[in-house]
Amino acid sequence: MITFAPLKFANKAQSLENKGSMLRIIACVSFILLGQWTIAQHDVSAHTTDTLHSAEAIHADAGEEEKFNPGEMIMHHISDAHQIHFIGQLYMPLPVIVWNHGHLDVFMSSAFWNGFDEHGELQFKSYTASSGVTYENHHESIVIATEGGHGHDAHSASHEKPMDFSITKSVFGMLFIIVLMLIIFRSVSAKYKNGGATKAPSGLQNAIEPFILFVRDEVAVPSIGKKKAGRYMPFLLTVFFFIWLCNMLGLIPFLGGFNITGTLSITLVLAALVFLITSFSGNGHYWGHIFWPPGIPFGIKLILVPIEVLSIFIKPTVLMIRLTANITAGHIIILAFVGLVLLFGQTSAVAGYGVGVGAVIFMIFMFFIELLVAFLQAYVFTLLAALYFGDATQEHHHEGDHH
Amino acid sequence: MEGLLSVSVGTVFWASIAFIAVLVILKKMAWGPILQTLEEREQGIANALKQAELAKEEMASLKSGNEQLLKEAREERDRILKDAKEIGDKMRAEAKERAAQDGAALLANAQREIETQKKAAIQELKNQVASLSIQIAEQLVKDKLSDAEKQNALNSKLIEELKAN
Repeated sequence: MITFAPLKFANKAQSLENKGSMLRIIACVSFILLGQWTIAQHDVSAHTTDTLHSAEAIHADAGEEEKFNPGEMIMHHISDAHQIHFIGQLYMPLPVIVWNHGHLDVFMSSAFWNGFDEHGELQFKSYTASSGVTYENHHESIVIATEGGHGHDAHSASHEKPMDFSITKSVFGMLFIIVLMLIIFRSVSAKYKNGGATKAPSGLQNAIEPFILFVRDEVAVPSIGKKKAGRYMPFLLTVFFFIWLCNMLGLIPFLGGFNITGTLSITLVLAALVFLITSFSGNGHYWGHIFWPPGIPFGIKLILVPIEVLSIFIKPTVLMIRLTANITAGHIIILAFVGLVLLFGQTSAVAGYGVGVGAVIFMIFMFFIELLVAFLQAYVFTLLAALYFGDATQEHHHEGDHH
Repeated sequence: MEGLLSVSVGTVFWASIAFIAVLVILKKMAWGPILQTLEEREQGIANALKQAELAKEEMASLKSGNEQLLKEAREERDRILKDAKEIGDKMRAEAKERAAQDGAALLANAQREIETQKKAAIQELKNQVASLSIQIAEQLVKDKLSDAEKQNALNSKLIEELKAN
């Protein structure tokens, strides 16, 4: 599912070249299946002497025989980045946009690139923008290089951070999905406009329509009610297809290993919109039940009201965390199995084989689970958003109906 | 971007702009027309179903009407057939009767004719016999009178007869 090239795997595979070339094939198969790619880079690029610091500085610092660190590898793959890594040494630069004390610096992230080390890992250097400020890519976070010290103290917290408005991997993936949505729904909508109500759906329209009807009839109408559901349909449909397509993009091999809906910043925006829509559409009944729940003794009210007020914020927060955690967890599980193969492969090729076969089977299984989760999480987010909207707009039915 | 749980202002910024933009664009461009068309289609389907139901009912009533008509037609046919049969029977009976009457009249005529003819024939026969008898008698007389002895004998016989009377 993460299509980031696990460069360290390549190193391991290389170090085990004599006894473990078959192991490498197993690793390759598992990566290909899961959209990963491992490549044993033998041609070492020359310009690594003036490496300022590598993204994997820990290894460089260690100096010892490199030990494969699955935790670090997994975090590297699921985190956001300033470039998209397709295969081997094929990287796609992304725009870096930083706002630093009134200066706007825009450049491609390839300005940081400094070739590849002997393990085929991308090395980074500092870059002095046209404004004269020198920036560094410090663990995928843009920092301003301090005077003199060219980022050798990679771990020091003294780096000053500019406002980073870069088009990162997740932002790029999100924009890609948005363009895709515009293309898909433009053509689908054109069919509806041209065909009218009397023409049977065809083609892509046929594929999309069940989901639109699903969101309307299974999510919006039961939660909000037929009368008011129409008002929230555009948001619910957009959020449903956006989350689903973003989740699916993360499952497509060789596309850069997007973890868009596993990026907290993006789910935060979705959850904030749910919060805003809920709050603005909340009627007197809704707010009344929060600030002055009827039919409850005064003493209880003192306890209940703060809880109700907190719940306004907790609800969207939970939405945000659930989506992020589910998608990220799925990515982590699969990466963990990949890590397992290589970890065992370090001790012996036979162990790598054995674990590799089992891990690949389990990863295939997980892949199917993830396809389900991709849909399920889109559904759950949409359903809960709809329930919150329904809660905010429900008419006064009868006492004690509130929950 | 450093940790998994950190929030990047830049990403939030782009995500807000992009998502709200796509929401607004899709609302105008896609969701509005799509949902409206779906609504219309559903309305159309509901109407079509309703009309089908009505047509079915109409068909049923039409069918029962047809059956009624058929029943009436059948009754009419039966009645006509019955009448026709009655008339036929009557006509046949009349014809038979007339034929019998005619036959009887003819027979009576024929018998009457036969009777007349018979009488005429008997009369004729009588006349014939009478004339023949006269002729025979004439012959006999002539013969008897030609001989004096015989004439006397006859005379005497006739006188005898007269005397006897």
